[in-house]
Amino acid sequence: MPSGILSYGLYIPRRRLQRASIYDTNKWFAPGLAGMAKGEKAIGNWDEDSVTMAVEAGRYCMDGIDRSSIASVSLASTTLPFVDRSNAGIVKEALNLSDNVSSHDRTGSLRAATSLLMQSLQGDDLELCLAADRRKAKVASVEEMNYGDAAAGFLTGSGNVIAKYLGGRSKTIDFVDHYRETGADFDYAWEARFVRDEGYQKILGSTIVDALRELAISGEEIDHAVIAVPVKAVPQKLAKVAGIAPDAVADISMATIGDTGVTHPLLMLAMTLQHAKPGEKVLLASFGQGADVLVFETTEQLQAVNERQASYLRSGLADSNYARYLFHRGMLEIDKGMRAELDEKQPGTSLSRDRKTVLGLIGGRCSQTGVVQFPKTDLAVNTESRISGTLEDYPLADRVAKVLSFTADRLAYSPDPPGYYGMIDFEGGGRMTAEFADIEEGEVEVGTQMRMVFRIKSFDELRGFRKYFWKAIPIRRGDC
Amino acid sequence: MASGIKDKVAILGMGCARFGERWDTDADGLMVEAFEEAVADAGIEVSQIDAAWLGVGFDAQNTGPSGIPAAVALRLPNIGVTKVENYCASGTESLRGAVYAVASGAADIALAVGVEKLKDTGYGGLPTRTRGSRWDMIGVTGSAPGNFAQLASAYRAKHRVDQSDLKRAMAHVSVKSHANGAKNPKAHLRKEISIDSALKAPMIAEPLGLFDCCGVSDGAACAIVTTPEIAKSLGKTDIVAIKAMQVVSSNGWEMQADQWDGSYLHTTRVAAKKAYDEAGITDPRRQLSLTEVHDCFSITELITMEDLFISEEGQGWKDVLDGVFDAEGKVPCQIDGGLKCFGHPIGASGLRMVYENYLQLLGRAGERQRADAPTFCLSHNLGGMPSQNVSSVSIIGPLGI
Repeated sequence: MPSGILSYGLYIPRRRLQRASIYDTNKWFAPGLAGMAKGEKAIGNWDEDSVTMAVEAGRYCMDGIDRSSIASVSLASTTLPFVDRSNAGIVKEALNLSDNVSSHDRTGSLRAATSLLMQSLQGDDLELCLAADRRKAKVASVEEMNYGDAAAGFLTGSGNVIAKYLGGRSKTIDFVDHYRETGADFDYAWEARFVRDEGYQKILGSTIVDALRELAISGEEIDHAVIAVPVKAVPQKLAKVAGIAPDAVADISMATIGDTGVTHPLLMLAMTLQHAKPGEKVLLASFGQGADVLVFETTEQLQAVNERQASYLRSGLADSNYARYLFHRGMLEIDKGMRAELDEKQPGTSLSRDRKTVLGLIGGRCSQTGVVQFPKTDLAVNTESRISGTLEDYPLADRVAKVLSFTADRLAYSPDPPGYYGMIDFEGGGRMTAEFADIEEGEVEVGTQMRMVFRIKSFDELRGFRKYFWKAIPIRRGDC
Repeated sequence: MASGIKDKVAILGMGCARFGERWDTDADGLMVEAFEEAVADAGIEVSQIDAAWLGVGFDAQNTGPSGIPAAVALRLPNIGVTKVENYCASGTESLRGAVYAVASGAADIALAVGVEKLKDTGYGGLPTRTRGSRWDMIGVTGSAPGNFAQLASAYRAKHRVDQSDLKRAMAHVSVKSHANGAKNPKAHLRKEISIDSALKAPMIAEPLGLFDCCGVSDGAACAIVTTPEIAKSLGKTDIVAIKAMQVVSSNGWEMQADQWDGSYLHTTRVAAKKAYDEAGITDPRRQLSLTEVHDCFSITELITMEDLFISEEGQGWKDVLDGVFDAEGKVPCQIDGGLKCFGHPIGASGLRMVYENYLQLLGRAGERQRADAPTFCLSHNLGGMPSQNVSSVSIIGPLGI
């Protein structure tokens, strides 16, 4: 059976920072940014990182898929939160995948996601390939105007593929158009004109041409060319050289989302598949110290998966709070007050014991009474069963919940005040007091339907650790 | 069924420090202030005290661990001093220890002291703290107002009370307590406020504004208890006796099972029923003369009136607006200003409530004294958060009624 893509998932954070708000603050210093001061870019909240965004994209990928059949999970990113702790391993716990999966972190280049995808497509196993990036950029830089946050994922394997993998071509050339040393916060980028001429045109352009020639596919046969170069006109120019029709070239989504780094090729591919038709040829090209080019052909299965997926491009929430954006990226020192001084030390022992409770949001269901509770305890909350050990694992993360009580707290420290939280009841049983994420005033009432999302709970700044847990967000129109 | 505590233990003497922002003194000084008043009131020598209990809520900010700090500060004879912590019921818990020691016959005279030095934290409100390693991973690190504000949202939804009506009733609760506190020389906050200023105050945790929240104070309070017989032998005539002491802890039912609706305090209802049984009270609205309840937030006091079965469920807000709980009302609540204005030094609060009831029963409440002689006087504490808490209901009154 041919290998290919079985499903895809996208996660684009809700808030969209207005580029004009960046420019308005910085124009005294960098008036040259005026030309870029239009449109918006997707920005993750303070409690999102590449791991949490990847989890969200992964959940969408696995809609309708038996999770126990997944053989591996990989995460590609240049902004992995941990250098030594498997980031894909955290994703695995949040997605409640089997302990027997293999996991891989892929980093080091903006090409990391396409290289990962290419490798996964070699085999028949069900492999979850995720990409996420949340890059920092210096104030008043071109990168600050461009960089957006997003995650995308593809489930690869054989069987009912929505896009058959026809083959691909890689090139590796240590072309330093930009770089970021280990531990550094910011990219250092060379002149755009140099990158365009010597990088995109020579390296990526030739890889596209070579790939098509090797696969014996002509440029005219390509129905969709996803050329993930976040520079206006470059994809069109590369397509022309390869003989691909201008109207086959996919939009680079810079106006509304921004340049999402490692995610970008996968993000554009998913968005292209969403409006593609069966039997079409799709070319995916990415660039970064070389190039990857992959070619797919869509199948009849595409329609069903497209219908199952949410409308990812539902309008985000316009955000002009540039100061908050800087603070959430650790680039503005705000007086957080003494309440923020709570020691957030995470004992490794308790995290190990409660791994499934904390990272997987696994509750318990009493085998004798059927009562569901969170967290799982030795003795069930329903006192009819007085013997210990009656609770069986019961995953709650994908269950819809309803608000029972809530508040908007302006006293307790929150990086995104006021801090919303409340008690929620899950459909099918179980309840918890949960923090609410991404809430705008007036969005929550008693009875509001919520879904759970994997987020950062707090940072231990003293020891360089971040705690993850689940939070509730309102189910908005267009959500899965 | 147990015979209960009614009339087995008498209060021999009580004392209470001036509550407030006591920059001038520490936990030791506060304890001494309350203790000296109590010893003088009791008319005993310190050497006659057989055992002591110390109630503290946040020991890290206060006394540090163990009962030793009370033994040292008060120069107690070498007796057992047991430190107890049970959230905001810590003061009541210390009294329960002393009362049970006397009732058991293990001690003739026992001391309860509660103290809290909160104003060494550097900010208003209660200190943020860990609640254990599992909680810290999955619980919400909110604030006390945030936890109790949720009561308002669930109460309003369940009883279909208009937001503005509930806000007005909550404001009335606080205006009443400020008026009462103004008459109390030991109170932390002694300024009257208007309904309008309460309604317009800055938001703390929706829908609780600044004036819906109690004061966070330094303070201490003491009780010296003995048997009625010993009290009589020491020459006491108007003997105030313990009628009921009930403490009830959540067992996770509210937070983990699916039945609690978030609009009331389950533990308070259980504790109230047990306490009324113990004291022989059948009609609390008619039989209770005074209540000192845990008004950490205005909404808590309002809902507690229902949980104590003084108001009908869903009707408490109307009783509040009708003035039932005002100083001149049918069942005055917080006639001393309450947590709201007397202040809320956690470990001392339960004892402070009993102190006011004790003064009222002996006609020693000065400007605040109720004209008609009180009989059953109730005090109530609530520690933790509505979804998981400890609730205490204590009743005192004249011996023999």
